[in-house]
Amino acid sequence: MQHTTEEFVTNPLVLEHPIECEAPNDQLTRETPIASNIKYMVVGIIFGIVFVKAEIISWYRIQEMFRLHSFHMYGVIGTAVVVGMLSVWLIKKFKVRTLQGEQVVFHKKEFHWGNIIGATMFGLGWAITGACPGPLFAQIGSGFLVVLVTFISAIAGTWVYGLVRERLPH
Amino acid sequence: MLELIRQPWPWYVAGALIGLTVPALLLLGNKHFGISSSLRHICAACLPANIPFFKYNWRREVWNLFFVVGVLFGGLIATQLLSNPDPIVVSEKTVQDLEALHVVVDNELMPASIFSFNNLFSLKGLVFFVLGGFLVGFGTRYAGGCTSGHSIMGLSTLQWPSLVATCCFMAGGFAMVHLVFPWLMKLF
Repeated sequence: MQHTTEEFVTNPLVLEHPIECEAPNDQLTRETPIASNIKYMVVGIIFGIVFVKAEIISWYRIQEMFRLHSFHMYGVIGTAVVVGMLSVWLIKKFKVRTLQGEQVVFHKKEFHWGNIIGATMFGLGWAITGACPGPLFAQIGSGFLVVLVTFISAIAGTWVYGLVRERLPH
Repeated sequence: MLELIRQPWPWYVAGALIGLTVPALLLLGNKHFGISSSLRHICAACLPANIPFFKYNWRREVWNLFFVVGVLFGGLIATQLLSNPDPIVVSEKTVQDLEALHVVVDNELMPASIFSFNNLFSLKGLVFFVLGGFLVGFGTRYAGGCTSGHSIMGLSTLQWPSLVATCCFMAGGFAMVHLVFPWLMKLF
């Protein structure tokens, strides 16, 4: 990437940009640690309110989904995908630029075996905990403090993946 | 108006707002929607332990941590100020299935018979918190994303690996609920 920071220059072992990270930051304009990032917290707050108000954080809604007893979760995810697709299509078609005037960057995802093995493992965990990573945060915020244990365990899972990564099929 | 907000929101409102997160993040500053990355950034920031996977400039990705802290506050605000005064309505068939598994369906968003501190040091706690959380953390990172990164962001940008991942998320969930739960719940 063109964007280099002091850290990258001083320590070449530090990857400037984790390419596998599915939520990369592609902004080239320099950002300040707090002021530039507050707006993402605001988006997060709205997102968290939606999670609670549409009961997406509910363990019961996840059970209903996997038992095919309710359309709710399918409706939520389906609508989100359609709205997301339309938005991305519009951004590409009209070459909409970011607030900083930059071109919006898209990444192609390469298939690897984790898309099957890892995804199935996550599915198993999703049905147990009733939460994907987003709702984990919203559940804790909603006062289900025991979910902090689930959250710490999820961090541990991510850490162990990093540890054994080279030995797993990709 | 406040009355209406306090009611549970219908799927099309929630789905549309969640879908709009994709262009919101892209246009606010070229950020890609994906929540499980935050777990990786936390590892990279707190305990990189010289593991190459965590050696990257996490400070550049710090927006993601602001976002998830926002989600936590959003949960707090919604529960404290906008919460639904009525008990949660769970599908009749799911209630019956869960009763057969000895899970008591109560009025909150999460069943207290599972998600309480009393279960923390029991086999139930080990399965529902520790094992469940571990599978979520390990699985999402191995898969390269979760429901947000693959199912919403990935499908929105028409990536077929994300479709594969989404199908496997669902397959794992169905397998857990229909194949593992009947056997697992007998242990408690």
